[in-house]
Amino acid sequence: MLRVEGLSAGYDGVPVVFDVSFEVAEGEIVAIVGSNGAGKTTVLRAVSGLVRPMSGRIEFMGRDISGLPAHAITSLGLVHVPEGRRLFAKMTVLDNLLLGAHTVPDEKLVSVALGEVYEIFPVLKERAGQKAETLSGGEQQMLAIARGLMSRPKLLMVDEMSLGLAPILVDRVLDVLTEISKRGVTVLMVEQKVEKALEMADRAYVLQTGRVVLSGTGEELLGHPDVKKAYLGM
Amino acid sequence: MHEGCQNPATCPMGRVLSRRPGWGAVPECNTGNPATTGKGTKTNVPSLRGDPRRRRSPLVHVAVGAVGVVLQVLTSGLMMGFVYALVAVGLSIIWGVMDVINFAHGEFLMVSMYSAFWLYTLLRLDPLFSWPIEMAIVFALGYLTYKVIIRRVVDAPGLAALLATFGLSLVLRNLAQFLWTPNYRFLNETLVTDKRLILGPVVLGMPQIVAAIGSVVMTILVFYFVQRTRMGRAIQATSLDKDAAKLMGIDTEKVYAFTFGLGGACVGVAGALLSSFFPVHPESGALYSLLAFVIVALGGFGNIKGALQAGVIIGVAEALGGFYLGTQFKYAVVFLIYLLVMQVRPSGLFGW
Ligand SMILES: Nc1ncnc2c1ncn2[C@@H]1O[C@H](COP(=O)(O)OP(=O)(O)O)[C@@H](O)[C@H]1O
Ligand SMILES: [Mg+2]
Repeated sequence: MLRVEGLSAGYDGVPVVFDVSFEVAEGEIVAIVGSNGAGKTTVLRAVSGLVRPMSGRIEFMGRDISGLPAHAITSLGLVHVPEGRRLFAKMTVLDNLLLGAHTVPDEKLVSVALGEVYEIFPVLKERAGQKAETLSGGEQQMLAIARGLMSRPKLLMVDEMSLGLAPILVDRVLDVLTEISKRGVTVLMVEQKVEKALEMADRAYVLQTGRVVLSGTGEELLGHPDVKKAYLGM
Repeated sequence: MHEGCQNPATCPMGRVLSRRPGWGAVPECNTGNPATTGKGTKTNVPSLRGDPRRRRSPLVHVAVGAVGVVLQVLTSGLMMGFVYALVAVGLSIIWGVMDVINFAHGEFLMVSMYSAFWLYTLLRLDPLFSWPIEMAIVFALGYLTYKVIIRRVVDAPGLAALLATFGLSLVLRNLAQFLWTPNYRFLNETLVTDKRLILGPVVLGMPQIVAAIGSVVMTILVFYFVQRTRMGRAIQATSLDKDAAKLMGIDTEKVYAFTFGLGGACVGVAGALLSSFFPVHPESGALYSLLAFVIVALGGFGNIKGALQAGVIIGVAEALGGFYLGTQFKYAVVFLIYLLVMQVRPSGLFGW
């Protein structure tokens, strides 16, 4: 579904990720893991068009999307839930959700999508009229995911869902991705919580200082000595 | 200047000039505000002889008018305040969404006034009906301004965008002067000309009433457009977080161009409403740019409700200042308020 080949990208002409290649097949949960500053966010930003790739090829559903503007990539069904949630804090929960459906022209489909996300996240229905900034951290992350789902994407890329959440919430929030995957959305997740991410993911890539250094199924990587040493503290 | 006129309902200028076509310079307007009448201003404007107020003795005038005059000043100020607010809303939206101060805002207003003038003069279309055309013209002007000029400088550092709009204002002003001469032009026989509403001691000119109502309606429509429609939500989202908006699939370039158009549409309507009681000339808009800037700063950038409240405050302050201190001081009062508020609350009276 998504194939990235030889991607280099960065800021102000200085690359921070080099020659990154990976693939996501339909129905999979794929994780990109790595420590802070490894370049995970930059990879996602390059895929979603917020950062212009310096070289490489990004193919989504058989189509080259590198260099397309971000809004056009979203319209194709590739949705990026950014790091730090980036909710429209001063707007209501409902407005945030409706913005997620900006690319859906049919109001009926918007209501259907709204019904679906309320079913997955009942708390958002209760909070619909509240400003997004008044939600708790966990609820805000739910809203970010729900907003991403409103356009019924084919592939959802989620950056650091667990960031800034209390430990008890992390598992609950991450389990949401498994549920979304069961509903037929392909998921590409980026995480610093390496162990949990590898447990959930079908396949994963380890990113270190801008390069992919390891890849394999979640299980393989969990058992890999380098991963154990560097990320799992064993 | 005619802008000094406190109460254009009773202003003789329209009649003076309709009798003397081709009049270039504008005489001091001195009947608008009863309290300042005769206070060192010339009273030899011919049409004044026919003004019934002049036949009353000064004492009776003062006795009857004491309270009435204050009411008169307040309502006149309030009505102009609504028009100022609409102009400011246009400036505020652009400012709030893309951090660009549109220095050509007043010239957009001037373009609208000329459009109304020519539609009336050439096609006999009354501004009361032609305002959607003026709105569309200035919307298009704003949209093109973004596409042709602002797009190239909006992300440039420093003053680039500001200087670009300043340059545009000069171009538009000089173009108007070149095409239509600097002469003052008036719409003398519109449907509202010389009509008035008398409520006890308060005399309201129909052009002002129509302008005030039209401005309030347009301001409310813009407010609901931004709050309730898909495009309006996209405008809000883009103004709050441009990158996040792009991730929603919002074409932020389109939003910017549309927002510039929407800001233009506000002055497009305001210009149409003003054209039936203010003279049309290349400098018509200059004052409004300045006042709109003050109102936006007071009301909070990008805040439509704030602009409406601040517009009313400025309209009333201007009228009261003109009344108690003399017309030559009314803008001093306005800018004094501005300076004081900026000392205490730099983000405006009504925050963000
Ligand atoms: N907006 C930016 N401008 C310049 N450098 C940046 C920017 N964002 C990230 N970087 C740099 O790029 C590198 C990779 O960052 P990032 O992709 O955010 O890593 P991760 O998401 O894995 O923590 C870091 O060295 C970071 O300092
Ligand atoms: Mg990151």
